[in-house]
Amino acid sequence: MPQILVQDLAKTYRVAERDPGVLGALRGLMRPRWRTVDALQGVSFSLERGELLGFIGPNGAGKSTTIKILSGILRPDGGRVEVDGLVPWRDRVRHVGRIGVVFGQRTQLWWDLPVADGFDLLRDIYRVDPIRYRKTRDELVAMLRLEKLLDQPVRQLSLGQRMRAEIAAAMLHEPAILFLDEPTIGLDAPSKLAVREFVKRLNRETGVTVLLTTHDMHDIEALAERVIVIGHGRVLADSPFEALRANVLAERRLFVDFAGDAPDLALPGVTVRSREGRSLELAFDPRAIGAPALIAAITAGHAVEDIHVEQPAIEEVIARFYDLHGAAEA
Amino acid sequence: MLNALALLASYARASFKGQLAYPGSTILLGLGQFLTNIIDVLAIWLLYDRFGAVKGWAIGEIALFFGLVNISFTIADFISRGFDVFGTDFVRTGAFDRILLRPRSATLQLIGYEFRLTRFGRLLQGIVLIVIATTTLPLHWTAQNIALAAWTVSGAVALFFGLLVLQAVLAFWTVESLEAVNALTYGGIQAAQYPMSLYPDWFRDFLTYVVPLACVAYFPVLVILGRPDPAGAPGWLLPLTPAAGFAFLAASFVAWRVGVGKYTSTGS
Repeated sequence: MPQILVQDLAKTYRVAERDPGVLGALRGLMRPRWRTVDALQGVSFSLERGELLGFIGPNGAGKSTTIKILSGILRPDGGRVEVDGLVPWRDRVRHVGRIGVVFGQRTQLWWDLPVADGFDLLRDIYRVDPIRYRKTRDELVAMLRLEKLLDQPVRQLSLGQRMRAEIAAAMLHEPAILFLDEPTIGLDAPSKLAVREFVKRLNRETGVTVLLTTHDMHDIEALAERVIVIGHGRVLADSPFEALRANVLAERRLFVDFAGDAPDLALPGVTVRSREGRSLELAFDPRAIGAPALIAAITAGHAVEDIHVEQPAIEEVIARFYDLHGAAEA
Repeated sequence: MLNALALLASYARASFKGQLAYPGSTILLGLGQFLTNIIDVLAIWLLYDRFGAVKGWAIGEIALFFGLVNISFTIADFISRGFDVFGTDFVRTGAFDRILLRPRSATLQLIGYEFRLTRFGRLLQGIVLIVIATTTLPLHWTAQNIALAAWTVSGAVALFFGLLVLQAVLAFWTVESLEAVNALTYGGIQAAQYPMSLYPDWFRDFLTYVVPLACVAYFPVLVILGRPDPAGAPGWLLPLTPAAGFAFLAASFVAWRVGVGKYTSTGS
């Protein structure tokens, strides 16, 4: 029995079209005009305990709607969800006691309170046993390196520091599932690395199931073994990331610096992506021609100074994937 | 229940600690509130100084109405901040999601959102007014009258709290034009501070049967003042009227549940 089971989830929003201003608001109240938006049209997947799943998709694809339904704060129009045997929106209070949720854009701590006081308040809200709380808190403080931040009011923390505190806050009641909505948004590079490291460690060491949404493809590359791509309210792909890459954009890139001017190459299955002085960037399909054979063919006829192979950037993979499915930003 | 009170105590500790980080500003804001409110009192005192009595009401009697209404409103305001700013701070920002993501009742969390210490200014005004009433009137603070005053205040707190809950409920439908509702809440409180016999019948009926502000101030205070209702309500009924405040609060929470249901099915 999977920990999270989602079947044929459907959600339609009715959006009121409203004219600006007080008069417009009044008119909207009297005679509302509605437009319907199908946010989810049959989303299905399941998740085992301890998995780390990345959820990606363009804005408006249905990511946040899915997260909101799974976390119990939104009721779907159709379909079935079970999380550890509970229907999230029906057993909301019981369900939310077992999950942790971090929104990258919003804080769950108290702006004017020192971090430690906020943690204590969460202990009381979640009714965590004091002894157990102290143990969990100390472990999280050590793991997320929060010792020096505990006495500081949240408003004085940098975004990166705050995100670490947020993750700890979401874990104080030892949830079975952690939802992370855009946890690295707006962070600088070292903070992003740190957050990814912590999420990985939490998942590995505490066994918490992690479901994260992100725009940052490096998050996905670094974290998730499994990726669900969502678009137009449907699951477009559900696979390990490497499999996704292989299916969508199998090509590799070869960067060559020649001793002299870059020659005109005409090799089957190889295209020239760019040419600049003595450098060439080539794209090739490894199923048509292997990298060693290609390199041998080039070095046989030309003097080469440097050569290396790369995979296409993950952004490119995903962009190509969206193109294939006509799922670019709505 | 005990558990809920313990949580409120934790919220209160946290809230006070946050505000006392800047004690000077809290004290000054509170005093400022006291001064603005006391100007209201001065205006009425000047009125009385010029005209003696207004339609048979002495200044001490007006002071008692004012004092009790202000004390009640201060208490209601103190515990309902989360509802008062619900539209702007919770619905518009999406912070209500966070409330729903926690395994406690939303009402409890909104009560605990903030307890504003600066409100002591208005409380002080209320107490000053009660003192004025006591010294200028032949008022007898018997145990019975004290109990009736406490019952009146509790009914008024329930009513004011209910009004702020209703204001929050509207935010589920529109976050615009909430200023208008605010005017209604605060305007109603202003109206409740004066004896109902000063008002035309339709307005008195409105304040008795629709938003029963008269039931949580005017009617029971008549009993404390030892006066019959000039409009002829039976004497036995007057001390019971503050119950209307609790009925109003209960109705507000029915509306609140509808609003939360709407929120969780539309996500906005």
